[in-house]
Amino acid sequence: MEKQIKRSYLLNVLGVLFVFLLFVLLFENRVFGASTQYIKGICTTACYTIIMVASLNLVVGFMGEFSLGHAGFVSVGAYTSAIVSSALAGKGLPDFFLFLVALLAGGAAAGVTGILVGIPALRLRGDYLAIVTVAFAEIIRVCFCNFAITGGGKTMSGILKLSDFYWCYWIMAGCVAIMYMYVRSRFGRTVKAIREDYIAAAASGINVTYYKVMTFTVAAFFAGVGGGIYAHYMTAMIPTNFNFMYSAELLSEVIIGGTGSLTGSIIGAAFLSSLPEMTRQFSQYRMLVYSIILVLVMIFKPGGIFGTWEFSLTRIIKRLFGTKGNGGV
Amino acid sequence: MTFSLFFQSVINGLNQGAIYALIALGYTMVYGIIRMINFAHGDFIMIGAYTLFYTIPLMVNAGMPAWLSVLAAIIVCALVGVVVEVVAYKPVRQAGSMSALITALAMSLFLENLAMVLFGAKPQNVQKIFDLPTINVLGAALPLNVVLTIFIGVIMMAGLQLFIKKTKMGKAMRSVPQDRDASVLVGINVNKVITVTFAIGSALAAVAALMYCTKYPRVTNDMGSMMGLKAFIAAVLGGIGIIPGAMLGGILVGLIEIFVKLFAPGWYEAITYAILIVILLVKPSGILGKNVGEKV
Amino acid sequence: MAEAAKKPPVLKAQSLGIQFGGLKAVDSFDLEIGESELIGLIGPNGAGKTTVFNLITGVYKPTEGSFYLNGQRMNGKSTYQIVEAGIARTFQNIRLFKKMSVIDNVKAAMNARLSYGLFHAIFRTPGYWKQEAALMSRAKELLKVVHLEGREELEAGNLPYGEQRRLEIARALATDMKLLLLDEPAAGMNPTETEELLEIINYIRKEFKISVLLIEHDMSLVMKICERIKVLDFGTTIASGTPKEIANNQRVIEAYLGKEEEEVGEDA
Repeated sequence: MEKQIKRSYLLNVLGVLFVFLLFVLLFENRVFGASTQYIKGICTTACYTIIMVASLNLVVGFMGEFSLGHAGFVSVGAYTSAIVSSALAGKGLPDFFLFLVALLAGGAAAGVTGILVGIPALRLRGDYLAIVTVAFAEIIRVCFCNFAITGGGKTMSGILKLSDFYWCYWIMAGCVAIMYMYVRSRFGRTVKAIREDYIAAAASGINVTYYKVMTFTVAAFFAGVGGGIYAHYMTAMIPTNFNFMYSAELLSEVIIGGTGSLTGSIIGAAFLSSLPEMTRQFSQYRMLVYSIILVLVMIFKPGGIFGTWEFSLTRIIKRLFGTKGNGGV
Repeated sequence: MTFSLFFQSVINGLNQGAIYALIALGYTMVYGIIRMINFAHGDFIMIGAYTLFYTIPLMVNAGMPAWLSVLAAIIVCALVGVVVEVVAYKPVRQAGSMSALITALAMSLFLENLAMVLFGAKPQNVQKIFDLPTINVLGAALPLNVVLTIFIGVIMMAGLQLFIKKTKMGKAMRSVPQDRDASVLVGINVNKVITVTFAIGSALAAVAALMYCTKYPRVTNDMGSMMGLKAFIAAVLGGIGIIPGAMLGGILVGLIEIFVKLFAPGWYEAITYAILIVILLVKPSGILGKNVGEKV
Repeated sequence: MAEAAKKPPVLKAQSLGIQFGGLKAVDSFDLEIGESELIGLIGPNGAGKTTVFNLITGVYKPTEGSFYLNGQRMNGKSTYQIVEAGIARTFQNIRLFKKMSVIDNVKAAMNARLSYGLFHAIFRTPGYWKQEAALMSRAKELLKVVHLEGREELEAGNLPYGEQRRLEIARALATDMKLLLLDEPAAGMNPTETEELLEIINYIRKEFKISVLLIEHDMSLVMKICERIKVLDFGTTIASGTPKEIANNQRVIEAYLGKEEEEVGEDA
């Protein structure tokens, strides 16, 4: 059992590496010609959106609670990492190392915010929790509008351009892998039990509040990391970027992909974040189409496109070669 | 703070709050009966405002009284509300509150972007239907439309209360949130009740749009979202689902905003939200609400 | 017997009570349960039986009186702390983790046995694998106890009714408790299933040395397995004694058995 699972981990690492090499091959041979830089940019956007959406899915899909304030954590990560990277710039640190430190700082700040928000807010459930998360996110936004160090409501610009696609790809893979391991461990199990029935979970000896706050914090941490990549990709930002609509957009990407499916979050986020670029000439109709898709998904596939289904390389290989064994990761 | 400044602030707060209250009534009405946050409610206000913008000149040119366009706005809003309910909300009603919430967000997005495509992104000025004077009371300027807005709010609140408490339809409305299946069993047409609820809730948005436009005559396609969020918070503050709560919540939010603006202009939104959070944590069902726990 | 007298009782409730508004749902409830004892709690619908369970498991906080587990005062502790101390329950209206597998239902209740932290979970250290393997074999054993072997990977919500009730018992056992509260475990079961349940209850009492407090409407079951019975009506205890004494108690017959025909639906 353990051996098979470990083998499937190895297989997935190889799969991730393979996809990476494919990208390198495409980009380095300039298959896209003049638009290589542009497409690389879209892919970077996809990377940070995947991290944000997957982290929100921890709360929405696995814990089963609404959060309509994820953009708040993203903004904490974005601003913190931007401040850290500009403070450390020119100190002789290699760029990649600088980037990592900034992202970790952003994640840590968002995580701490997650604890501070989670402890009071997670006493509420359902619609009320959704409202309180909106309120917290708005408070965070107003704070950034008033702090001098974050531009005092004006654009904060001149952030280092550190978000290189190749780096972001591996950071994204790492983040998703960690979230995957979290979900498939005792933490994920308890959180799912809480989602199913919090009263029964407490009656099974689970400290409901503790595990909820913990999951919320982990989600906030990764939202912060995603925000860090965002900041160092955009190089300029304003607090209104992280308003209620951004939270709603992230939530809808989770739902379209599938609540409780990290695969859904990855594909949903990758697709939806590249959509604005692909449909640039119809930008006027883009949000119209997007909202219609959202309603259609809700009507015909309320659990999202992928439901709780997870992609498994092991399963595919088993099917292709008909090998025996209990492989699911 | 001088007395006249204080008094003026109270008036300004009421002015702001009365409009929140009118919008909040619609939120509370729908939530009270369907247990759904209708995020598109703010956008119904936008629709009402655009209807006013287009119909007032028509009425004036046709030599008819301008206030007839309010009727037009009420009809348009009620129609849009019913269509949104039937086309989008009804199919997801069984799918759980997460789907309902997302659908409502999607409809809000849809209406805003549809309005942009149809009417353009440029703000438009709505002609005033009536021009009420501002009078001087105790050294403070009191625009009479504040009085009118509050008056309309109280009338609507009382009317809704009566409707829900006394009429047969109102009784059916109260039974639906208690137990939907049992309501069906005693012969209540739940779909009809919900449709009527949306028609009334959306018609309230048209009235709110009118009062909003007399205060701020600007119409934009996204005017509803921020306004809606604040009004929604007002409804929650007062106790969502409770009609007098919406009135109370709206006026409180207005007063809080104006008074905080006096001392910390950059922070008024944050403080409003902070108060909301505190109230929800202390009493999740709002100021006038009753706490109900889950049965084990 | 002498040894048992020295030890504190597994559960001791002292004039426990709770008030909702003006209504006393449970009033001065006293109870002592010794080791491996099985006590029945009966009474008409709405008598407050489930409320007693909710008090003992910390779902409600008692407004008067106190209760002790092995001599340790439990008032004001939250549910998970009470479970960790050794009281577990099942629910009258089955509360399983419906969309999780049968084995995960049991494993979720064993969370307190695991000590690996985030680091171990994320990096899949040897400690993680060791603990998870031990957990797996223990969970499988428990499923065997309630005759659910072979059902491990099914979704709990898809089990037939009787098996769902048994899975709830397995989940309660997984918390490693000393006192098991069973809330109408035989409700909705046919006679064969009830017989099987009886066997399981007797087996776990012997095997795990636990005490059981049982709410049940199936009188034949109660009379058959309970050593002592307590009867509640309108929140107060109207009788307690051996099954035989209870069966002949006039007040009980009036309050409960006499009205049996009217009973429909669930207990409040």
